[in-house]
Amino acid sequence: MSDFTDFKWSDANAVEAERIIGRYPKGRENSAIMPLLWLAQYQVAAQTGVAWLPLPVIEFVAAQIGMPKIRALEVATFYTMYNLKPVGRFHVQVCGTTPCMLRGSDDVLRACADKGLKKGEVTNDGLFTLTEVECLGACANAPMVQVNDDNYEDLTYETMTAILDDLIAGRTPKAGSQIGRTASCPEGGPTSLKEIA
Amino acid sequence: MLADKDRIFTNLYGFQPWGLEHAMKRGDWAGTKELLARGQDTIIQQVKDSGLRGRGGAGFSTGTKWSFMPKESKDGRPSFLVVNADESEPGSCKDREIIRHDPHKLIEGALIAGYAMRARAAYIYIRGEYIREAEVLFAAVEEAYAKGFIGKNACGSGYDFDVFVHRGGGAYICGEETAMIESLEGKKGQPRLKPPFPAGAGLYGCPTTVNNVESIAVVPTILRRGPEWFAGFGRPNNLGTKLFQISGHVNKPCVVEDAMSVPFRELIETHCGGIRGGWDNLLAVIPGGSSVPLVPAHQIIDAPMDFDGLRDLKSGLGTAAVIVMDKSTDIVRAIARLSYFYKHESCGQCTPCREGTGWMWRVMERLVTGDAEPSEIDLLLEVTTQVEGHTICALGDAAAWPIQGLIRHFRPEIEARIAKRRGFAVVPELPQAAE
Repeated sequence: MSDFTDFKWSDANAVEAERIIGRYPKGRENSAIMPLLWLAQYQVAAQTGVAWLPLPVIEFVAAQIGMPKIRALEVATFYTMYNLKPVGRFHVQVCGTTPCMLRGSDDVLRACADKGLKKGEVTNDGLFTLTEVECLGACANAPMVQVNDDNYEDLTYETMTAILDDLIAGRTPKAGSQIGRTASCPEGGPTSLKEIA
Repeated sequence: MLADKDRIFTNLYGFQPWGLEHAMKRGDWAGTKELLARGQDTIIQQVKDSGLRGRGGAGFSTGTKWSFMPKESKDGRPSFLVVNADESEPGSCKDREIIRHDPHKLIEGALIAGYAMRARAAYIYIRGEYIREAEVLFAAVEEAYAKGFIGKNACGSGYDFDVFVHRGGGAYICGEETAMIESLEGKKGQPRLKPPFPAGAGLYGCPTTVNNVESIAVVPTILRRGPEWFAGFGRPNNLGTKLFQISGHVNKPCVVEDAMSVPFRELIETHCGGIRGGWDNLLAVIPGGSSVPLVPAHQIIDAPMDFDGLRDLKSGLGTAAVIVMDKSTDIVRAIARLSYFYKHESCGQCTPCREGTGWMWRVMERLVTGDAEPSEIDLLLEVTTQVEGHTICALGDAAAWPIQGLIRHFRPEIEARIAKRRGFAVVPELPQAAE
């Protein structure tokens, strides 16, 4: 499995891949390339601990739907979330776009830097990759970071440091707002829908 | 303020579970069969009558858009509805709340909209970064299938309609409707030339309408309560309720549903606890997401938050993503960061955008530090007009407008930085005339 040339779906994912292809009309199997690449990236992560798409894996997916390899590679390179190089076990994606910047994403990035994370690099222990990403769509809870599949929101230097400490220690930090508010409800309680709350 | 009884998104914050059982208690999927039985033309007419304008930014009449779809297929091609859940505009975070807390409103809306436009299926294209949100949406679609609300004979209406979820991969440009269609077809998300418009030849070359999540999710409630109810909020031509997303320098950033045309001051005072440091500390506001020009404080404070009111201020409502900036803001850097965003997200297809976004960003970075010639301000402005309107899609415009807004309102700030960097004293303001 070292060079991924013998990559194939796990039993469960083989079933899932067929389900995915079934979502698109017959003859339009190319549409399945994005969800199949997702599935493959998740499987590589499950098998190796690192979420990425080695070239032979992309070629495997392309072959399944009869897509020329170069077309599949075009897709894999166009969309930023397919990792074409190995990333750390935790992919720390700090949003740096203006709404987060206004609320202190500089502090979040400084907390990362102080823990030895460098943009675009995997840390020596293989634990972290730091990426400054563009708007992740949680602007009312800025600043925020996405680590693998979860968001951590309403961050400060201190709470970002605590999250990284948790991950280093093997603990799972609580996802969502770090100041304890519910989703994007105003801090301190809702100004509307009070009866439902 | 909008009364709670008039709110469409009653589970906006997720205080209750999103699941089908709870959604039905909140009124979703109630009498959907009867809504469909009104017939396609009636549904389209009622959506037109409600005054609903597209919530994705362009503000085109939703009912009118649906009416462009063919009433019958002369050549056997099916029609499709594509729901744009690729919410990526900096400042926007409303569709996320709908999807993770009220997904059944979206799915029911997709069925009704799809039926009205005689579509065979809906594809909901959700941005790749909404990972947990996509998990909810997949599960909610499963629930709706299990209950027979969608699929064969949806809701017992005799109409077959499928809903599929498609995850994106992290590309802002896929929020552009034809780029989204390309992406759904398994290609790079590069916008198509129009015409042909999607209503003529869209997904797989078939008639297609692309609608924003919020536009679709409000439809069932509009039909249940009647178009005149929805049209009872806001100013003429700017009707209905709207999800506002307030970020930046307010005391309590939030997402909230309020009436269209609510004055900016009321919106912020009612829901956000005011401006950080008080109203005198407000510098400027980007009222509709990163693509619209900023508006200085004194112009926006009493402005109505709607399509026409903000257009009159040479800005726009966009997605109603309100980015508030107080006087501590480095306004040049704030806009330069947006320029970087557009450089990063340009798909690279059209030369003015591919080259222009990078060029504009590099100049903007020098303006942040003042390391520029004064004449470069006009040069930059000139280049923005060379990009604007000269590309296939609106990303070029979106990259140009924030810079134009900055220069329009904060030119002295930029000039002062250049002067300071060059070691000149900042030109003092003219003294007030003696009393």
